[in-house]
Amino acid sequence: MIRVENLHKSFGEEEILKGITTTFEKGKTNLIIGQSGSGKTVFLKCLLGLFQAEEGKIYYNDIAIQEMDDDEKKDLREHMGMVFQGGALFDSMTVEENVMFPLRMFTKKKKEEMLERVNEVLQRVNLVNANKKFPAEISGGMQKRVAIARAIVNNPKYLFCDEPNSGLDPKTATIIDNLIQEITQEYDITTVINTHDMNSVMEIGEKIIFLQKGNLAWEGDNTQIFKTDNKDVTGFVYSSDLFKKIRDIQVQENQ
Amino acid sequence: MKYIADIGSYFLMLKNVFTRPTKGSVLRDLILKEIDELVLNSLGIVAFISFFVGGVVAIQTALNIDNPLIPGYLVGYATRQSVVLEFAPTFISIIMAGKMGSFITSSIGSMRVTEQIDALEVMGINPLNYLVFPKITALLLYPFVIALSMFLGILGGWVAAVYGGFSSSADFIQGLQEDFTPFHVVYAFIKTFVFAFILATVPSWQGFYMKGGALEVGKASTNSFVWTSVLIILTNYIITSLLLS
Repeated sequence: MIRVENLHKSFGEEEILKGITTTFEKGKTNLIIGQSGSGKTVFLKCLLGLFQAEEGKIYYNDIAIQEMDDDEKKDLREHMGMVFQGGALFDSMTVEENVMFPLRMFTKKKKEEMLERVNEVLQRVNLVNANKKFPAEISGGMQKRVAIARAIVNNPKYLFCDEPNSGLDPKTATIIDNLIQEITQEYDITTVINTHDMNSVMEIGEKIIFLQKGNLAWEGDNTQIFKTDNKDVTGFVYSSDLFKKIRDIQVQENQ
Repeated sequence: MKYIADIGSYFLMLKNVFTRPTKGSVLRDLILKEIDELVLNSLGIVAFISFFVGGVVAIQTALNIDNPLIPGYLVGYATRQSVVLEFAPTFISIIMAGKMGSFITSSIGSMRVTEQIDALEVMGINPLNYLVFPKITALLLYPFVIALSMFLGILGGWVAAVYGGFSSSADFIQGLQEDFTPFHVVYAFIKTFVFAFILATVPSWQGFYMKGGALEVGKASTNSFVWTSVLIILTNYIITSLLLS
């Protein structure tokens, strides 16, 4: 579980996060949504420890990251997996080497054991016959699968995803969303996903927080979000024609 | 003010390069990879340039000393001094600032743009140690590149002088041995080590701290070449003043 208390983050004069307090639960897919510039990425980077917040605390299993010494932080990071927006796969390594990388860095396993684990997770993300290919030789969807495989190969306790289905077609995006949700439940990890994709919200939004200009404007789940009266949230959710039509149909059905 | 901040950032980077070391077995593989990419891949161009520039130095010297009072061995002497003191250590390093430097900046810069460096940080790996330390270590072999350049430069001079009819082989070899000061070779290798450190770290700094996208990677590579060359020339002047004046 990750608990955030009164988190503030500024760049110069501009305050990006204005006192966010929330909890991300274990075994659930927790979504951070909001418009571009609402502070989602900054919030995620604060959770990852890439940005230092000026005020507030982030607790990983009741220990504040700000109070951890270097060894504790290193230990925590070894239990974090991250899927970046562009995949962030290492260009100079093959798919197999990319997925094996965390095992090489943090375990004392023999090469055969590492290969066995790599093949296991690549099968788990439904990626076969790509072990020896380089990232530039595979599709965007496959790159995301490799990124997920790399993130989970060392059995993380926390999985973070930044726009995991951006740039993917709707079908592949849904497959990636479902894969993340399945992995979250299967490995019983705390997953935090930064997205503005409404399909993801509908599919896997077990807990959703909505950021608006650096404030936490709303939180709930994927059933509550379509019933809320919060105008900021409805403005965001029904900003696309597709969702407006769905809402109209729902209203007609209710009448 | 920005320059002062940049200098401070460069020295902070150097401090971080030597902290939180990467796992030994991974580091060993990275160092071998860097030796291949930075040192071995440079041998061809260094050999080619050194041989022909050595030849040109010998021809130019011969063409400019048609006075019969000047001894014939001067061609060999001038070639040796030019190649050992300046051409091999300094000018090859400036050429390497273009080849190695832009490679280092663009590869690290691309990693920054595509969030690969962020990925390393999230995994708890010190990206500076992981990316820069192997380059510094690999370039400890850089003096061997310069030694090869010295040898081929002088060989090129001998071939051009003898087969071009500008000097006899005996005169050229006498020139190579005339008034030889071993400290000149020591001086050349002292500055080679300093240039190797500059070649590994300045382009790394340019790549690591760049901001923006693909266009900025190109700009950072250009800046890397300019600043590495400037620093090599300045340190060359300082070292020469300290050691030879």
